[in-house]
Amino acid sequence: MSVFRLLMKNAFRHRLRAVLTVGGVGVAILAFGLLRTVIAAWYAGVESAAPDRLISRNKISITFPLPLAQETQIERLTGVTGVTHGTWFGGIYKDPKNFFAQIALAGPESFKFYPEIVVDPAAVEAFGKEPQAAIVGSALATRFGWKVGDVVPLKGAIYPGDWSFVIRGIYTGGKETTDVGTFYFPWNAIEQRLEKEWPDRAGHVGWWIIKIDDPAKAASISQAVDAAFENSSDETITETEAAFQQSFVAMSGTIILSLKVISFLIIGVILLVAANTMAMTARERVSEYAVLKTLGFGGGRIFFLIAGESILLALLGGAVGLLLLWPTVHGVGAMLRQYFPAFPTDPVTFAMGAVAALVVGIAAAIFPYWRAMSLPIARGLRRVD
Amino acid sequence: MGLLLTYSVKNLSSRRLTTLFTVLGMGLVVFVFAAVLMLAYGLEHTLVSTGSTENAIVIRDGSNTETVSILMRDQAGAVKTDPLVALKDGLPVAANEIVVLISGEKRKNGDAANVIIRGTTPEAFTLRPEVKLVKGRMPAPGTSEVLAGASVAKNFKGCGLGEKVHFAGRDWDVVGVFDSGGRSFDSELWGDVDQVQQAFRRPIYSSITVRLKDPSRFEEFKKRLESDPRLTVEAQREREYYARQSRAGATFIRVIGLAVTVLFSLGAVFGAMITMFAAVSSRTVEIGTLRALGFSRRAVLRVFMVESLALGLLGGALGLAPASFLSFVSVSTTNWDTFSELAFRFTLSPTIIIGSFLFGAIMGVVGGFLPAYRAARTEIVGSLRKA
Repeated sequence: MSVFRLLMKNAFRHRLRAVLTVGGVGVAILAFGLLRTVIAAWYAGVESAAPDRLISRNKISITFPLPLAQETQIERLTGVTGVTHGTWFGGIYKDPKNFFAQIALAGPESFKFYPEIVVDPAAVEAFGKEPQAAIVGSALATRFGWKVGDVVPLKGAIYPGDWSFVIRGIYTGGKETTDVGTFYFPWNAIEQRLEKEWPDRAGHVGWWIIKIDDPAKAASISQAVDAAFENSSDETITETEAAFQQSFVAMSGTIILSLKVISFLIIGVILLVAANTMAMTARERVSEYAVLKTLGFGGGRIFFLIAGESILLALLGGAVGLLLLWPTVHGVGAMLRQYFPAFPTDPVTFAMGAVAALVVGIAAAIFPYWRAMSLPIARGLRRVD
Repeated sequence: MGLLLTYSVKNLSSRRLTTLFTVLGMGLVVFVFAAVLMLAYGLEHTLVSTGSTENAIVIRDGSNTETVSILMRDQAGAVKTDPLVALKDGLPVAANEIVVLISGEKRKNGDAANVIIRGTTPEAFTLRPEVKLVKGRMPAPGTSEVLAGASVAKNFKGCGLGEKVHFAGRDWDVVGVFDSGGRSFDSELWGDVDQVQQAFRRPIYSSITVRLKDPSRFEEFKKRLESDPRLTVEAQREREYYARQSRAGATFIRVIGLAVTVLFSLGAVFGAMITMFAAVSSRTVEIGTLRALGFSRRAVLRVFMVESLALGLLGGALGLAPASFLSFVSVSTTNWDTFSELAFRFTLSPTIIIGSFLFGAIMGVVGGFLPAYRAARTEIVGSLRKA
């Protein structure tokens, strides 16, 4: 009989217990994977950031705008190949619960800065002509059942009043991490209204998006931008897009940390379930191990038998959990669209799940092994329960 | 029944190792369950307690929060002179405030986080009697002196007593620290309204908070202001205004936390099943003996259910004990409604305590039912023959 067959036979000698163990480990690995996916979703913005894009915002805080006049000064700096701008609108669509990001972009040229936004060129053209044109992410369109041509009313919060936009295009993501939950519209829509109603607020943008020729020079170009406005009434902070996105992730730092801690506690639960099974198994087989030892099996081979069995059970459980993870993430992703515009399944998550199962398999074998080895042969043989 | 109960409990202690593994597993699940609920409740509690039932807050219509609201000076005057605003020494108990977000730097890791700077007037302390100066002194009027909330003083660079914090082109001296007893004001800096307006070149107000003469007449106050053609404002009860800000965050924590907890509690339930099945099969002879002595099937079922229920309750206690220590842990996260940092504590409530034990009990009962059912169906003769 080959060793592997012996392992299989051993593992499933108590069929009900084996199935329960595989089920317990499987469910917990699924929970672990789900949690890790949620954590990864937080970092989607950082992952999708391009190394050749810098973001420049008001030094006081992101809620303060920057004057339009800064644009030409930034353009003149060496290493800068293009400048465009974005502005947070923060309007309400019917109910505050329907939160989604609304960003006013300088114009159709802004889309050239974002090659990962895949959209019909005709829509971009309309974006340049009509101030009411909106280009929305596919996830957002699905969430509210929007089609091209639909009118979307928004109630302004930062920019008071009632606003309405017409959807001219629906964009999809070029990468799995691309945010497909944003609502883009031309900055002119805001500007025209402010010029009439709030002239002092006109001529301002939310942040600069700066394209540079060489990502290696990101730090020096950022410094040059900030130096250009130092001691002016609108000082800036410029950083790479990844760092900018990271600062938003950091704002939820506590929540992310909690989720990470929970994900490790889940591994603890898996370990306890597997260790429980293995402890029972070893207790029942004390006399068998004594026989094996009498036959001349060394410690290494006995460890191999015990660990092999527990690794087998843990990996089977891991496989069940990870197989279920894929459809579950899709289901949960749809539920959490509101919070996460991108919900990618990360290969790292799968790898972590598999490694967790393996580690649990080995760790669960240690105690039973110690027990099997520490019991003298004669005493082991005497026990016949 | 007393005999059977001791029998159950003694059985648990005779199989110490497997009992320990199972109880620890369920304990971990209950720990996470309780921690998640404490986090969500702590966030809610902090914001809900911030608002007073006697006050009303007035912001620009449609602006949702103070941080984006804009009110003009003449509008502020109209709100303050409303007949329902309480008077003290002949003056309205009302604070016209400007709220601005600045980017602060955390002491711990240098991360950037937004802090609210509230430009206010001395009436703010009458309106919010729970806000108390605990260190230093009040700022001198007309200067760049500020007070820091207890959490801000502790967590942000330059915001401690005697330190200087730089924003809007000025150095501001922190001359005092106030404590509002865990309310969200603890996460704010307070300065003089005129100074803040000047420094940020924003000659506007964000909100006006007033004490009502008679809080039960709030609807009347609201209606009068909102129908006034000079104003484009909305009035809310202060408590309601703050409570609303906690909703999205608390719901998010609960949805994610509970979905995952319930899912991985199944893992612990499987663990309980393994233990209970083993308990049943190793005691076949004993069960046969009990049945032969005249104990009914139902009594046997009860014995094993009680045993697994005890496992679950033990797990509940074991999880709740370390979770309750989390009450001493202060955490902070961004309040996405105002986009500013909010410090709060894990907070335990009676509901959470009951819920945790209930959750442990449910895990035990669900995990124990099938094994107990199998035990109850044991044939007397067959089981006794095994001996």
